[in-house]
Amino acid sequence: MSAPTHLAHQAPQGFIRKYVFSLDHKVIGIQYYFLGLFSVFLGISLSLLMRFHMVNPEAKVSWFAHLWPTSAAGGMMSPELYLSLMTMHGTIMVFFVLTTVPQSGFGNYFLPLQIGAEDMAFPVLNMLSFWTTFLALVVMVSAFFVQGGAPLSGWTAYPPLSAAGRITGPGQGMGQTLWIASIAIFCGASLMGAINFIATTVDLRCKGMRLMRMPLTCWTWLVTAILALLGFAVLLAAGLLLILDRTVGTSFFIPGGLMISDQIIANHKGGSPLLWQHLFWFFGHPEVYIAILPGMGVTSHLLATFARKPVFGYKAMVYAILSLGFLGFLVWGHHMFMSGMNPYSAMAFSVLTMAIGVPSAIKTFNWIGTLWGGQIHFTAAMMFALGFVSLFVTGGLSGIFLGQPALDLYFHDTYFVVGHFHMIMGVAAIFGMFAGTFYWFPKMFGKMMNETLGKIHFFATFIGVYCIFMPMHFVGIAGTPRRYSDFSNVEYLAPLMPVQRFMTHAAYFTAAVQILFLINLFWSLWKGPKAPMNPWNSTSLEWTVPSPPPFDNFAGVHPVVNHGPYEFSVPGAPTDFIMQTDPPSVTSES
Amino acid sequence: MSTHVTTAAAGSLWEGGRSPYLTNSKKFGMWLFIVSDALTFSALLFAYTYSRVSNPNWPTPFHFSPSIVFSSVMTFALLTSSLTMVMAVHSMNQGNRAAAGRWILATMAAGALFVGLHLTEWMNLIRHEHVTAFGNEWGVPLFGATFFAITGLHMTHVVIGLIYLGIICQAVMRGKFQAEDVEVAGLYWHFVDLVWMFVFPLVYLMSAKV
Repeated sequence: MSAPTHLAHQAPQGFIRKYVFSLDHKVIGIQYYFLGLFSVFLGISLSLLMRFHMVNPEAKVSWFAHLWPTSAAGGMMSPELYLSLMTMHGTIMVFFVLTTVPQSGFGNYFLPLQIGAEDMAFPVLNMLSFWTTFLALVVMVSAFFVQGGAPLSGWTAYPPLSAAGRITGPGQGMGQTLWIASIAIFCGASLMGAINFIATTVDLRCKGMRLMRMPLTCWTWLVTAILALLGFAVLLAAGLLLILDRTVGTSFFIPGGLMISDQIIANHKGGSPLLWQHLFWFFGHPEVYIAILPGMGVTSHLLATFARKPVFGYKAMVYAILSLGFLGFLVWGHHMFMSGMNPYSAMAFSVLTMAIGVPSAIKTFNWIGTLWGGQIHFTAAMMFALGFVSLFVTGGLSGIFLGQPALDLYFHDTYFVVGHFHMIMGVAAIFGMFAGTFYWFPKMFGKMMNETLGKIHFFATFIGVYCIFMPMHFVGIAGTPRRYSDFSNVEYLAPLMPVQRFMTHAAYFTAAVQILFLINLFWSLWKGPKAPMNPWNSTSLEWTVPSPPPFDNFAGVHPVVNHGPYEFSVPGAPTDFIMQTDPPSVTSES
Repeated sequence: MSTHVTTAAAGSLWEGGRSPYLTNSKKFGMWLFIVSDALTFSALLFAYTYSRVSNPNWPTPFHFSPSIVFSSVMTFALLTSSLTMVMAVHSMNQGNRAAAGRWILATMAAGALFVGLHLTEWMNLIRHEHVTAFGNEWGVPLFGATFFAITGLHMTHVVIGLIYLGIICQAVMRGKFQAEDVEVAGLYWHFVDLVWMFVFPLVYLMSAKV
């Protein structure tokens, strides 16, 4: 085991080295967390504007005109502005929240602690990876402020819309170029992070921390890092080709004879938009698992801790995580059933997609098995973990509908898909983050969060998100197409307008109650009661050190692990939990 | 207690507390980077294959001279540089820093020759054959696009490799860095060489005039 070199020195003293360009994985984890917190509120604001426009398409709002003098002239939102809000909402949420917080935020902070390491394997790379992510966010947000505004082509950036340039819409000039540049930068940041996570997990585990003794959180961070290592590499290649199409004038993704805005695109021919879809979804499907796997890890960890029972079927959980990661690379075609695909290929992708139901079901039943007969402590963290299970099941079941080519042809471009992926990839992953926040906040900041406020926040959010996203499935089945800015003149959708209004109000409500979370977070940071070393009676290694942990995590001591991660309520043991570092004689070896 | 410690020490490499495969993190990190970068190149080669299959009149314009001759010499230069890199790692392992430095310089010279020949050949294509990234005389613009994208990304890797080896070389000459660092740089260099072994037949030989 090679100790990171910067630990040979004392902890850095200056503000810049300590909090800004820090090499400490704990500080970098917190930096990622707050980057994600900023991004999630930016993303929520964009979605509120979209929901507002959906039910008030004719409304004239004076400050819209101030913010967007051309695309909201007179205060009325143009369809192009709606599409650019949608694009930026999706991009910011997927890349800078769902990819960033569960993996780079919590993973950075707690992976080294949970495996008994002093830091990540490559501290400098770690710092670079955060600041590269930051740069990517700055470039992404700057797309709002250039001429034409933000791009219109969605977070998937399908060509030819994303490739043919300014002619395809106001945001498709500089805005789209900045978008793809930001994504390419983000690919670099993710690559650095992934290398660091894998090397740390494999190389820096302390004595006795064999793979099958790692908490399930570490397993999910490891598999997520492997997915990121392979997925973002392909997105990078696709991004480079798209940049070439946009700036040099190549035609990788632009077919010949294309008519856009009544003009023939004469200087491009021979390319294929399908090529982008193959490359993008080869990354894009694993990306879904990058977002959700760490949430699964946190949920497993918390269910065991707060039910005071070992995780039911630990090994099955590990194999389920591994097979989810593996299958994730074989199913990208199910995003392309509508794009013109050989029915035999569609059949193969469909069967593989259904196969994902097996490890998902293993995980769900094991979560229920973990709870069965347990002594459940309803803390705020536990509630969010239970909420995760609920949302995962709801969102997962609609995935089985969409995995059938015959059904997908009907559902694909409707709100059914919007409801599906928000349930499983959006809200479930966010619940994983909330659970992680309530569980780990005491360790990260040395203060306790307010439980009552946390529980109110949980119930309000849980009811709120179901009220937003459940009806989306129904309006989708009724035929409401997604990505349209205005349904007010569509006769067959008129009876659904009350449902749209209901969803909009649910969105306002859910966004408003997030202020409770912010208050709880910052008030606890400032005035919360002091946290003990192990407030939840957990077993994993981060709870053996003070809150917050010292600079080198274990204060120079090399921990030795003698127990599995989930030894709760072991018969004959003096307490209802056995720390991983407890001497082996406490009970028989697992 | 004692039995437990013995099993942990003599057991599997995966039990924690020591490095798997007995390699350090730097080398392992480089391998991970290589896996990732290999996928980036695979994606580009997939894009090339996809474009080639979907354009039935794909041209095969490369004359034996200069294109094939040049690219063969370039291949030879890269293969030679891999050999000299092996010699550099070998000398470093034996503690002979001066020899290691000379072998790295030889590697860089072969790499620079590769880049020089490559640029000459690019210029020839652009000036005389009128192939650019966005058009050519045969009516399949993607021919130039794939050619310049793939060889361009590879050449970028070679240039980064030259800078990387330059840093390693001056450090080795000054007595800094260990044998492991040279070996890790060697991994990168061999990988870039290996990528060329896919690019050469797929992009050059398959585009030769028959």
